[in-house]
Amino acid sequence: MPDSVKLTIDGHEVQAAPGTLVIDAAKQAGIEIPAFCYYEGLTLQAACRMCLVEVEKMPKLQAACTLPVAEGMIVRTETSQVATARKYTLEFLLTNHPLDCPVCDKGGECELQDMVFRYGAGESRFTEIKIHTPEKQYSPVVYFDAPRCILCFRCVRICNEGMGVGALGVINRGAVSEIAPNVGDHLECDECGACVDICPVGALTSGAYRYQTRPWEMTHVGTICTHCADGCKTTLGTRNDRILRGNNRDHSGINGEFLCVKGRYAYDFYDHPDRLQAPLVRVNRKLEETSWAQALETVAKKFNETLAGGGSFGVIGSNHTTNEENFYLQKFAREVLGTNHIDHHRTGDVVTLLDALSGQQDKLATVADLYQRKAILVVGADLAIEHPLLSYQIRANYRHHQARIYVVTPGPVREDNYAAASVRGHEYESLREKLKVEPELVILFDDSVKGDGVRKLVDFGESLGIPVKYICLVDYSNSRGAVDMGLTPELLPGYHPAGQPGMHAQEMLAADLNVLWVVGSNPLKAGASRKAGFLLVQDMFLTETAQQADVVLPAACAYEKIGTVTNVTGEVQRLKRGVNTMGAKPDLEIMGFIAREMGVAAKLGPWAPEIVFEEIRKTVRGYQIPLPVIATGGAAQTMPVNGRIPVEVPSGLVRSDHNGLFDSGTLGRYSKVLNSVIESRLSR
Amino acid sequence: MIPMLLYAQDEVGHVSDELIEEIARRVGVTPLQVNEVLTYYSMLHRKPLGKYHVQICTNISCLLWDADKLWEQACHKLGIGHKEATGDGQISLEEVECIGACSWAPAVQVNYDFHHFVTSEKLDQLLDGLRKKQ
Repeated sequence: MPDSVKLTIDGHEVQAAPGTLVIDAAKQAGIEIPAFCYYEGLTLQAACRMCLVEVEKMPKLQAACTLPVAEGMIVRTETSQVATARKYTLEFLLTNHPLDCPVCDKGGECELQDMVFRYGAGESRFTEIKIHTPEKQYSPVVYFDAPRCILCFRCVRICNEGMGVGALGVINRGAVSEIAPNVGDHLECDECGACVDICPVGALTSGAYRYQTRPWEMTHVGTICTHCADGCKTTLGTRNDRILRGNNRDHSGINGEFLCVKGRYAYDFYDHPDRLQAPLVRVNRKLEETSWAQALETVAKKFNETLAGGGSFGVIGSNHTTNEENFYLQKFAREVLGTNHIDHHRTGDVVTLLDALSGQQDKLATVADLYQRKAILVVGADLAIEHPLLSYQIRANYRHHQARIYVVTPGPVREDNYAAASVRGHEYESLREKLKVEPELVILFDDSVKGDGVRKLVDFGESLGIPVKYICLVDYSNSRGAVDMGLTPELLPGYHPAGQPGMHAQEMLAADLNVLWVVGSNPLKAGASRKAGFLLVQDMFLTETAQQADVVLPAACAYEKIGTVTNVTGEVQRLKRGVNTMGAKPDLEIMGFIAREMGVAAKLGPWAPEIVFEEIRKTVRGYQIPLPVIATGGAAQTMPVNGRIPVEVPSGLVRSDHNGLFDSGTLGRYSKVLNSVIESRLSR
Repeated sequence: MIPMLLYAQDEVGHVSDELIEEIARRVGVTPLQVNEVLTYYSMLHRKPLGKYHVQICTNISCLLWDADKLWEQACHKLGIGHKEATGDGQISLEEVECIGACSWAPAVQVNYDFHHFVTSEKLDQLLDGLRKKQ
């Protein structure tokens, strides 16, 4: 078979690999062939007849979406015959499609509308009455309006193939065909909303977004989802400081168009009625609202008094706050408060992995590697539930490249359906012979592998004699960044030893500290009482920890601030501000204000995210990443530490929350969508 | 899957929810996928039919021999319509497309048996017979 085939499309000579479809070859040459049912990455359907093109020496028009290129083929995509055919196709699609564009959510970004504008099917020869059926609600997030459906089956295929769920099907035949959910009259699925986004028309609409706005009235802000650690880009549609939808239709970011229910819908915690919008100070045992000035003065006074009296401080940071905030917080703790009592909730043993890989290059996999590498080994985690993007990448890799997937998990997982081998339990040793003959491998492991377990797993990987890359799974949007930025008592930013290690989070909670400062974390979730003399909490909500605080400062969420976060694979991406919420301030600004009030701002430097990030780039090992990459919305992987980490880190502290698709730690409680979908009730 | 659905329908009388579950399990697909197939084919039924399912062809060849009048006669006589069954569950009616018996039009099919050159009288007798038949 030749390496490439030469053909002519609209007079341009085009080279394409054998087997390439004409529609793809044309796209490579910058020629758009319109199509509804064809969708890159999904199986072929050839249902809509929109992509018809003229091919010389072929008697009839051909569907470009299923026609492979051939040597010497001459294709014409915009002749009057083609235009007429497309016009008739549109007239046919419109026979029962309601002309309710002015009230349809899709109006303005509808592929059918665009095509009708291009080819014009203003008149219809059909005079029969259109069949109207009422719209149906398939779940809190998915609505179906049958008359608008043009039966392209994109939704069915993305659900079957992309998600591996198969919750949508098409029932009946001919003119009465319709998209049907998997359980009677409703959906029981991942509730990811991919079907809604992929719909070329307004047949599937989003429960959150429907009838809220017109697409052109929104500002589209590409930022990073603040829930799990996968770091999906979500494009927030905002208007008047309200988030109206999340999607990623421009396929930007490491996730392409993929988003799970959290990225697409669970931004809705930001306007929860319980959201704190004014500082709270404890007066006569009760938390009372006060002004920022008053609250900051109280905190600064207490901090300065404690410092002057030689009192003790403890600081607990967050898995959700930005790198800049984490860096600034640890700097504050170590340089101003003079303490190494700083920690966060560790959800994966990143430290031991980096130590075990010291001296080696190119050992940390990226999200893209999961789509490209020839073999994947998953140890412990139920990826489809806990890390939906990673699961999606592996599934796409299997579908497109026939990657071999190996699974070692305690229970059945979605990956079993296409795994080359599934092992129940924790023992991966039995896969040695199979893995040895693979050309390359990516190993993912969760918190069931920690401490010596990580070293054992790395030894196993390195003994296979093939290139192996690793991913240590962590829980939250900046879990990885928190440990990189030194929110640990034993390590400084960049994994330098911190000298005399301070107390861990649990030790701090149990100790009689004079001041405990908790930023974006809920360590007293289980109901323990605070021990510290003074408790300062920065949070969005009055969590169990905040309820016990002396001062609570209302914090902005990830969608209300700028900064960077580092995802599970160590890829750094930028947050963009989508909305402003009155009263709440970004944690970085709050810390800066405390520093200013204390009179130590000069010591800590400016609290502008860009300036703090510059300092991170200059001083934190691994963060010398190219600025243009992240400034333009890309992801840059931090470089490996590449040296031993000469401290003992107790692996017992590593504990994952194993959040499912509909959980997101404390934050998840405040999302209406996550609590309203039927599956969240079924799974609890 | 299609033969399995047909055999099962012959046994049970219609394709019930339990049948869908069972066939999905045996074939190794989801119940939704079984539903996709079975709703596509008009000879697979989700609702219980009569013991004797009377299918009257009203396609072109039969129509030329007044099959539409036969259809109306049957509806009137039994007091039921398309895809409906009599109260006692003995007989159900369906207006079908071509059943491949054009040479002997008008044709009527009862379960798997064909009746050729059906006239108004023959249809009367046929239905009367089915009412009493065990």
